[in-house]
Amino acid sequence: MNSTQALLRNTILESVRANQPAASPMPAISHFSTNQPADLVATFSKSLARMAGVVVDEDVPDLDAFVRRQFPEAKVICSAVPECEGTIKPASLKNWSEASTIDVCVLRSPMGVAETGSVLLSDIELQVHTIGFLAHDLVVLLDPKQIVSNIHDAYEHPYFKLRPYSLLMTGPSGSGDISGIVVHPAQAAKTLTVVFLPSPKGGQRTG
Amino acid sequence: MSHPVDQAKNAEKFVADTVHESHLDKVLWMSRMNRDAAAREVPEWEDLRTLASEIKEHTLSNLADYLTQFEAKAIANGMIVHWARDAHEHNQIVYDILAEQGADTLVKSKSMLTEECELRPFLERRGIRVTETDLGERIQQLDNQPPGHIIGPAIHKTTKDVALLFSQKYGSDPKNEDPAYLAMAMRENTRPDILTAPAGMTGANFVIAETGAIVVATNEGNADLCAHTPPVHICSVGIEKIIPTTESLAVFIRLLTRSAGLGLITQYTSMFRGPRKGATMHVILVDNGRSARLGMKRFWHSLKCIRCSACMNTCPVFRRSGGLSYGSTYMGPIGIIMMPTFEIRKYSELPFSSTLNGSCTNVCPVKIDIHEQIYAWREVMEENDQIQVVKKEAMKVADKVLSHPALYQIATATLSTALEVLPHFAVYNRLNAWGKHRDVPEAARETFHEWYRKHRVETSEVVAS
Repeated sequence: MNSTQALLRNTILESVRANQPAASPMPAISHFSTNQPADLVATFSKSLARMAGVVVDEDVPDLDAFVRRQFPEAKVICSAVPECEGTIKPASLKNWSEASTIDVCVLRSPMGVAETGSVLLSDIELQVHTIGFLAHDLVVLLDPKQIVSNIHDAYEHPYFKLRPYSLLMTGPSGSGDISGIVVHPAQAAKTLTVVFLPSPKGGQRTG
Repeated sequence: MSHPVDQAKNAEKFVADTVHESHLDKVLWMSRMNRDAAAREVPEWEDLRTLASEIKEHTLSNLADYLTQFEAKAIANGMIVHWARDAHEHNQIVYDILAEQGADTLVKSKSMLTEECELRPFLERRGIRVTETDLGERIQQLDNQPPGHIIGPAIHKTTKDVALLFSQKYGSDPKNEDPAYLAMAMRENTRPDILTAPAGMTGANFVIAETGAIVVATNEGNADLCAHTPPVHICSVGIEKIIPTTESLAVFIRLLTRSAGLGLITQYTSMFRGPRKGATMHVILVDNGRSARLGMKRFWHSLKCIRCSACMNTCPVFRRSGGLSYGSTYMGPIGIIMMPTFEIRKYSELPFSSTLNGSCTNVCPVKIDIHEQIYAWREVMEENDQIQVVKKEAMKVADKVLSHPALYQIATATLSTALEVLPHFAVYNRLNAWGKHRDVPEAARETFHEWYRKHRVETSEVVAS
C-alpha cells in the first residue's frame, strides 16, 4: 500500500471509529431446526421447480444417452464429471470466454438445499468458472443424500470458508426487468436440469 | 447551492400518464403481495428480521474492527484492497486500474454504489466504453436515464417502451413486445462485449469480515460473467455492507430475495474469496459519507439497509409517482432518509413525499424505522430552515390547530360546511398539494368527536342499566 492509499485508509477508519455508535452484542444465530421439512428430496424438487429448474428423479443409467436425448441439437457437450464422456472437458478450453461455444455442460454438485432448490458449485466442480454461465444448458448431478434442509445448514459447508469461488445456483438465468414478467434466460444458462444420481463418493458430504 | 428536488412536481407528468402510473402501481403491488406470501411461508420470518437487525447493529457499532478484519483476510486471499473517501476517489481508482491494463472497455453488473458515484459518465469522459449487463440497467443506459428502482431499474417502462427502444438501438422488431424476445435481443448484443472486455466490474450485496469474501446476488448470472470472463475483476463496496461471518450471511440470504418479492433466493448467490486463476481482483471500500452518517444519532440506522426494495414496493407515493421523480440515486422511503445525508439542501423536500403510513417500516427486513426517520428528517429540515414557505405556513397552522384541542374540534366540525360552500379556487390552490391530482373527498357529516360523544353516552347508559 502506498502512502496515499494508507492516508485514505486511515482517514476512513478514524472517521468510522469516531462516529460508530456504542457497541451492541452479536446475537446467537439459530438454524431453526424445528421448522425443517420432513422430506428433503420432495421439498428440494418443489423449490427448484418454483425457480424454473427441472428435476429428473428417474433412473439414468447412461448419462451420455440422456443428454443426447434431452438436447438433440447439442453439438458441444462439456463434461466435468466421470459419469459422462461428453465431447470436451473443461481443461480443453484455452481461455475462459471459449466456454460460450458449449451447448450443454454436465457438472456434479456436492450439496443441494431443500429450502430453496439450490445446488452448490465451486471452482473445484467448474474448473473453468465460465462453463456454468456461458453454456446454453446445464445438467447438474446431485446425490439426494447430500441435500440439506435450509440456508443456515448450507452455509456450514466448508467450501464457503475454503474455496476462492463458490455459489448457490438456483434455476436457470432469468429476469423480471421488463414489466415484472419473469423470462428465461437472461445472460447465463437457458435451462438447469438436476439429475438425482448417487455420488461415487458414497453420499457423504464432500469438500 | 443546489435547488431542492421537487418530487411532487416531477411526479406530475408521470401521474398524468395513466398508462405508466397504473402499470408501475400494478407491478410493484404484485411484488409486495409476493413478499407477503414468501414471508408467510417461513415460520421464523419475524425472528429472522430481528436477527438481521441485531447483526447489522452489532456490525455497524464495531465497523472499524470488521473493516480491518475484512481487509487482512481479503489481502491474504489474493485480492488488492483500495480505500476511497468519496465518489471522485472511487472513480479515479477504477480508472487507474483500467488505464494500467490499457483497458478501453468495461462490462459491469448493476451496482447502486457506482450509480451513487456517477462512475459511468466519469469513465466515458475518459474514453472508456461501459456496457451495463443487467437487463434493466442496460435498458436505462440505452435510454439515457438513471435507474428508476434499485432492483428493477426499468420497471416503470412497459413492454411497448422497451420494444421501441430496442428497435432503435438494436434493430429488433418494434412490434414484438414479448419480454423473452426482448431479453434475448439484449443478451445477443451484450454477449460479445462480455466475451472480449479486458475488465469486468461488480458491486457487492454483502462482504464477510471473517473470510474476506464478497457476496453478489443476481438472477441473470451477469455478475459472475463480468467477474470471471475478463482477466480483471473490480468490485466496489460501500463500507456498510460488511457482516461478521458466513453464519450470519444465511440470515440475510433468507430475507433478501423474499423481501423483494422475487422468489426464494436469487438464481446466482455467488461468493468470491479471491481472484480466479491467472486473473486479478480489486476491491474498493468506499465511504462517501457513510462514516459521517454513522455518527448521526437519529439516522445511522439507515446504514442497515440491504437494498431489497420492499419499502418502495409498498409505498403508495412511490408506486404512483415512479422512482425517477425523486431525482436521486436512492429513491422511495429508503431514498428519502438516505439522500439528505449526501446533500441536505438538494434533498430537503424529499421527506415530505410520504404519507407516514409506516408500511415501509413494517416490511423492512432489517427493521429500519423508516417512517419515523422520515418524520425526523422533516424536523431537521424545519430546524435548518430548509422548508419551502408554503409548506412552512401550512405546518404552522397545523401546529397551532393540532396543539389546541378546542381549535381542532372547531376546525373539523366546520370542514364539512366549508367544503360545500367554498368556491373551487379556495379548495384547489397551490396551498393544497393533496388536491392537485385528486378530488378532495366529501367530508364526513359527523366528526369523530361528535360520534364519540353520542356513543359514549349510549354506552354509559347501557352499562348503567
